[in-house]
Amino acid sequence: MAPQRSAGKHMGNPTTAPPLVETRGLKKYFSTPQGPLHAVDNVNITIARGETLGLVGESGCGKSTLGRVVIRLLNPTAGSVFLDGHDIVNYGKEELRSFRRRAQMVFQDPYSSLNPRLSVEQLISEPLRIHKVFPNERETSARVKKLMDTVGLAQRLATSFPHELDGGRRQRIGVARALALGPEFIVLDEPVSALDVCVQAQILNLLHDLKDEFQYTYLFITHDLSVVRHISNRIVVMYLGKVIELADHLELFENPQHPYTRALLSAIPVPRVDIARKGRIILEGDVPSPVNPPAGCRFYGRCPSRQDICAVNAPELEEISPDHFLACHFPVSTGGN
Amino acid sequence: MDQQREHILDIRDLRVQYHTDTGLVKAVEGLNLSLARGETLGLVGETGAGKTTTALAIMQLIASPPGRIAGGSIFFEGEDMLAKSEEEKRHIRGGKIAMIFQDPMTSLNPVLSVQEQIAEMIRLHQKVTDKEALEKARDMLGLVGLRPERGPDYPHQFSGGMKQRVVIAIALACSPRLLIADEPTTALDVTIQAQILELMQQLKQHFNTATILISHDLGVVAQLCDSVAIMYAGRILEKADAKSLYANPQHPYTQGLFNSIPDMTKNVTRLNTIAGLPPDPTELPPGCCFAPRCAHASGACSEGSPRMVEYKPGHFVACSRMNGNGGGALGPAEERGQAHG
Repeated sequence: MAPQRSAGKHMGNPTTAPPLVETRGLKKYFSTPQGPLHAVDNVNITIARGETLGLVGESGCGKSTLGRVVIRLLNPTAGSVFLDGHDIVNYGKEELRSFRRRAQMVFQDPYSSLNPRLSVEQLISEPLRIHKVFPNERETSARVKKLMDTVGLAQRLATSFPHELDGGRRQRIGVARALALGPEFIVLDEPVSALDVCVQAQILNLLHDLKDEFQYTYLFITHDLSVVRHISNRIVVMYLGKVIELADHLELFENPQHPYTRALLSAIPVPRVDIARKGRIILEGDVPSPVNPPAGCRFYGRCPSRQDICAVNAPELEEISPDHFLACHFPVSTGGN
Repeated sequence: MDQQREHILDIRDLRVQYHTDTGLVKAVEGLNLSLARGETLGLVGETGAGKTTTALAIMQLIASPPGRIAGGSIFFEGEDMLAKSEEEKRHIRGGKIAMIFQDPMTSLNPVLSVQEQIAEMIRLHQKVTDKEALEKARDMLGLVGLRPERGPDYPHQFSGGMKQRVVIAIALACSPRLLIADEPTTALDVTIQAQILELMQQLKQHFNTATILISHDLGVVAQLCDSVAIMYAGRILEKADAKSLYANPQHPYTQGLFNSIPDMTKNVTRLNTIAGLPPDPTELPPGCCFAPRCAHASGACSEGSPRMVEYKPGHFVACSRMNGNGGGALGPAEERGQAHG
């Protein structure tokens, strides 16, 4: 059942190998009575085969919408999404069906994303049945057993129902469902946010081990910066529907250039008392509404280094050093802050 | 009794139980905790550890049935809370002890203006005219960083962070002696969380209110607290001043909690977490409640709860490794690599 995985060798080298996933000019607007809500606005990202791309931002920045558009749980308003060079936006029903076997999703809340009336066995076999992967029950059930082993669920739980299990075990079911069809690309939308810290660590370890074994490509969406630094190869920072910075995970943390990225990183409560209480940048105000966003830079209203040009001219995402992309007129290193 | 004069709050051997269909849930089981005037204590633990139940017990808000305080004592300013009449308790709640709840979206009344909600609290506990109460309410808005002109607005007109500021204003309106903040920033985004933590830090200096900050987040606790208590399965396993606890966690559970958080200063691929899950509160294990998950557990651990030992002045640990065997020999600080920088 393992899909062909041509290229573990391309790992960590996103610029030379053709990307597994690429978005071009991707937009998703929702219509609201007040006007269009710009959830995702002109996003261009690539994800290399075998890479974990971390996607961070605050509530309402469009990160979950982007994750859903990328695997076509939502249709984009404009733009393209390529998987292995094929644009999936215009896929018909049949093509979409085979695409689903290659791209899967793990949802945030293991309490509401599982049908409470299905047993663990039924939940994990559901994708196998829908896609008629195996001709008979025997092979399906063997595959379910194997998947339960893979994600660390004891076989005795096969007949249990979600309400009998804790959050960590439920999230393991969510992971098993996503793995069932042997995907190459998995979107993980806040997969550990609802979990306690010890269980969160157990699931992060599981995701890491699975990737080691099967060379999955992850888009890992989270608001938790210490988690994203831990698990990602590269990190994208979004603000109000736009990508504002994209860099290698260590580069982003050591050398953040966007004033928002800097504020975001400095706002992380570090579990240490010796360094916890100094040098925090406190942003004023709240994230503005993505309905009818203003012209110019969307961070303008809260930016500590704003200038007049920022109000009228929206900065484009540009490569400021190898593999470090930034959308800001006044980056931190040029004395912008 | 000297202790009780110094401490604003003194909890001894508290036991809180809930009767449920699946059995007797021992939510808090033999908890000892005290708080000095002006002290900010972080009460840290995972879901189900009994943090919120402890807070509700202090406030005398345990719903009965199904819950009841099965034993122990809670002394607030030297007076036995369990012996108070309903009338006296009502006077204390909101007046002398105030609470900030986790979710600002649901803890405000949607059909009252925010100034009215603050004024309501003041009128209940202080002898003032309606006009004075309203004036004081607007002052409180200013104090928590909101424009007083926004007083007549309703909760839905505010963002999550601003609503939490209103909740804080209500809690502090009567200058309580003790403030209990239950996960006050958990529902907020990280930049908004930073604003609220900054505000709480300023208010702490302004009012010098003794505070219990309940949180699952060791990062948040590090920002605000003077001392930290680690709670697990209804008990305190470790308590110390913040510096000592963060630099030198002694209990294996505390060490496991720290190891579960991805360290921003290191690059590791796998986290060194604790295996297993917290025990079922209807069937707590005999002896040390953490023993079934503990890498250092020995036969002695299942015989009787380990008592609190003062590992070094002010740093208490409930672990049998501390008893007699030259405790702390494992050098957990080195394991965590806290020494660098």
